[in-house]
Amino acid sequence: MRFPTKALRLCAGLLLAAPPLCRAAESSGGAPEEATLEAPSGPLNIQAEKPPFTEGIFPCSQCHDRAGDPNPRTLAFHDDIQASLHHGPPSRWCLDCHDNGKRDFLHLINGRLIPFTASYELCGQCHGDKYRDWRVGVHGKRVGMWNGQKTYFLCVNCHSPHSPRFKALKPLPPPVPPQDQGFTATPLAAPAHQEKSP
Amino acid sequence: MGMIDFLAGAVRQVRTGGKTYKGWVGILLAMIAVGLAGYAKQWRLGLIATNMRDQVTWAFYVGNFTFLVGVAAAAVLLVVPAYVYQWKPMKEVVVLGELLAISALTMCLSFILVDMGRPDRLTHILPGLGSPNWPSSLLAWDALVLNTYLVVNLSVAVHILYKAYRGEAYAKWFVVPVVLFSIPMAVGIHTVTAFLYNGMAARPFWNASILAPRFLASAFCSGPAVMIILFQILRKTTGLEIKDEAIWKVAELMAYAMFFNLFFLGAELFKEYYSRTEHLLYTEYLWSGIGDKRALVPYAWFALGASVVAFLLFLIPRTRRNWFTLNLGAVLIFAGVYIEKGMGLVIPGMTPDTLGEIYEYRPTVNEWMVAVGIFGLGGLVFTLLVKIAVPIMQGTFRAPDAAPESAAVAH
Amino acid sequence: MNSHRRLPVLADPVAPEASESRRRFLKAGGAALAALAACKPGAVVEELTRRNFKEMKPEDLRALLARLEKKYSEEYGKAVTVSGAGPMRGVNFAYGLDLSRCIGCRRCVYACVKENNQSREHPQIQWIRVLQMEKEHGVDLAHSTPYYNPELVPEPGHFYMPTQCQQCRYPPCTKVCPVKATWKEPDGIVVIDYDWCIGCRCCTAACPYGARKFNWAEPKLPAAEMNPVTHYLGNRPRQKGVVEKCTFCIQRSRVGRYPACVEICPVGARKFGNLLDPESEIRQVMDRKRVFVFKQELATEPQFYYFYAT
Repeated sequence: MRFPTKALRLCAGLLLAAPPLCRAAESSGGAPEEATLEAPSGPLNIQAEKPPFTEGIFPCSQCHDRAGDPNPRTLAFHDDIQASLHHGPPSRWCLDCHDNGKRDFLHLINGRLIPFTASYELCGQCHGDKYRDWRVGVHGKRVGMWNGQKTYFLCVNCHSPHSPRFKALKPLPPPVPPQDQGFTATPLAAPAHQEKSP
Repeated sequence: MGMIDFLAGAVRQVRTGGKTYKGWVGILLAMIAVGLAGYAKQWRLGLIATNMRDQVTWAFYVGNFTFLVGVAAAAVLLVVPAYVYQWKPMKEVVVLGELLAISALTMCLSFILVDMGRPDRLTHILPGLGSPNWPSSLLAWDALVLNTYLVVNLSVAVHILYKAYRGEAYAKWFVVPVVLFSIPMAVGIHTVTAFLYNGMAARPFWNASILAPRFLASAFCSGPAVMIILFQILRKTTGLEIKDEAIWKVAELMAYAMFFNLFFLGAELFKEYYSRTEHLLYTEYLWSGIGDKRALVPYAWFALGASVVAFLLFLIPRTRRNWFTLNLGAVLIFAGVYIEKGMGLVIPGMTPDTLGEIYEYRPTVNEWMVAVGIFGLGGLVFTLLVKIAVPIMQGTFRAPDAAPESAAVAH
Repeated sequence: MNSHRRLPVLADPVAPEASESRRRFLKAGGAALAALAACKPGAVVEELTRRNFKEMKPEDLRALLARLEKKYSEEYGKAVTVSGAGPMRGVNFAYGLDLSRCIGCRRCVYACVKENNQSREHPQIQWIRVLQMEKEHGVDLAHSTPYYNPELVPEPGHFYMPTQCQQCRYPPCTKVCPVKATWKEPDGIVVIDYDWCIGCRCCTAACPYGARKFNWAEPKLPAAEMNPVTHYLGNRPRQKGVVEKCTFCIQRSRVGRYPACVEICPVGARKFGNLLDPESEIRQVMDRKRVFVFKQELATEPQFYYFYAT
């Protein structure tokens, strides 16, 4: 039985088509929906992890009910984010990505609104090569079934959008070098004294 | 039945002897006991009782095995003059070479056995019961040729000795073809062992075409050195007649082998040092160390010095015929080849390892104990075989109903 | 909206557990076979007269798996399954490793150890070895070390290259094994029958990538940490005196799952999939990026590809 490449291609196509479909629905002028990425039906669903919001911060419109001052300035609230904002040139400003009028959305250069669940489209605007790689799984991480249902991670699941550079990690311990492998007579005992070579 | 008498007589032979003999056998038995104690610990704990690790996965045991295959192959240095050139002085002593080969092979097989992680699964290499990997695995080949060579030597030696015991001429139709067959077999066992190393592209130090020729050349230096010394000991202790010319001829043939041994080494060194690729690293580790990792360096230079001095001593007829310098040369070349072909071959092949790591291996006390035990075993096998063979060769161990006019090991 | 289970996040090194239904099925099947095996006399004789795995009849293999499940379950005090799943048709696995992403954090090493039941100490066996290289020298083993231990990784001026079994198309290890205890499966994985291996370590000597590890002593595997979902040719508990190595998590990949190292990598440096599927991540890597293989001059033709995504 041949591997179902055709089905795969179909579902991949559906996945890639889904975001533009969502956007199309929005830009037609309807009420902004809290759109989540609808997984295409079929055997090869590829699902997204939720955007990593701080507890209680979303929807933004619970505070921001109207457009605010668009000029770059020091903020009183969200000052912690502003202090750690390190994404591109020093002139980077919140409203470069966050939509002023509709705070529950992000926006592209051309003004098109992007829901947070599809924030990768915004990232992809500048980081096109990474976006293309991410769409086919070359960039970023996927878990699950290599021949079936996968879960992919949004850009923001790994890269904080405000400070996207990947943080250094503490490495796990190095391997035991051969001269210290030693031996012990009892399993799981604390390392007995090692026999010294002559 | 003649065979039963022979065996009973043989047992009598090995049980009787003077103080020296009994003392010597006592030492060998003590060595074997030490070996058994060491192996018992290894059996219980696993090979972790050695200092071998993934980085240096073959070491002392395999090094000894490799050297001893050479000693076993060297019996051919006696067989060729004796049976191909029908040279009488050699014909009288050739069976001793075969007995040495048998002892060496016993040691070889023992070293393999103690190096295996699962010796209880030895049957897996047998056809029928197991699944030997023909024809691609060199170790499967080695198992075949080593055991065939053992059978060849055993059958010829036992036949000749038994026939002499009975005062009868040995069956030429059987002995001559089998003995002549043992010549390519001797070359074969050592070539196969060389190919075992040679075929590994992962180990550039071994992956050199010259390895098989080097193995043969060094085999023909080291094995006969043992025989030269043994012949002199046997002459003194048993009164067995071994002509000086036989010993000197062996030494002369060894001189040619030593030349090739040194020449091949020189060829290797030129290639490594002149082309100066990444592969030089392994040769460098052996001869000059890498950084502060220099464990093998003194041994490498000692082995080279010993081999050169031995070559000169054997080359010059005057020193070759002088018993002191001859024996000195024999000891030196034996030591030199033991280092060069044992640890001096196996360890640099694995250091640095395939991922560039340098783990300096030294045998543990346990490994020494097991090795001592196996050398004791080989020594015991040889001693007992010689204790049976020499009286037969001298005519003092005869079947009760043997023909009266039987010469010592008639040819 | 589809409900989705809790997903592994960056700080969580535990691999997702097997699906419930599959486990139940295997448990039931295993129990039935175990009961059958218990009724059969001469199981010990069978053990002693066992054939090479590739020569076994299917019913003998099933009986063997059942015996092993019973044995391991008793030994580790949990319900252990031992699968004998064969390769999927139309599948040839390949692995991709993004050297521009790996930061040398070693989470893959320890995820592998947990998933595949390696000996934890005396000896400590790790199928993956991460080499720290110097940017100045490139991929140069003489200037590499696996023993780096800084506060944070990546360290400036260095890059990291994890190594594991490359599942070569022309494996030097299978060539030299004297008893055919190791061979290459049709889906690309080079496997070892731990019950057939004689521990001669020819394969370890022949492997150019340091992939093969030997059980120098009885493996130390704490029962609490034992992964009970095993494969006969993969992560079932081994014994003293046999060789083992990465099997692309055969117990996972043959049921469609990613290997543990792929799932744990926090930077997404590891790619895995079916080379014969043009949509797979690994094929996408090969189409879009420049891949190279380790020690290419040895012509082993690994199914493990390194690349730089940037």
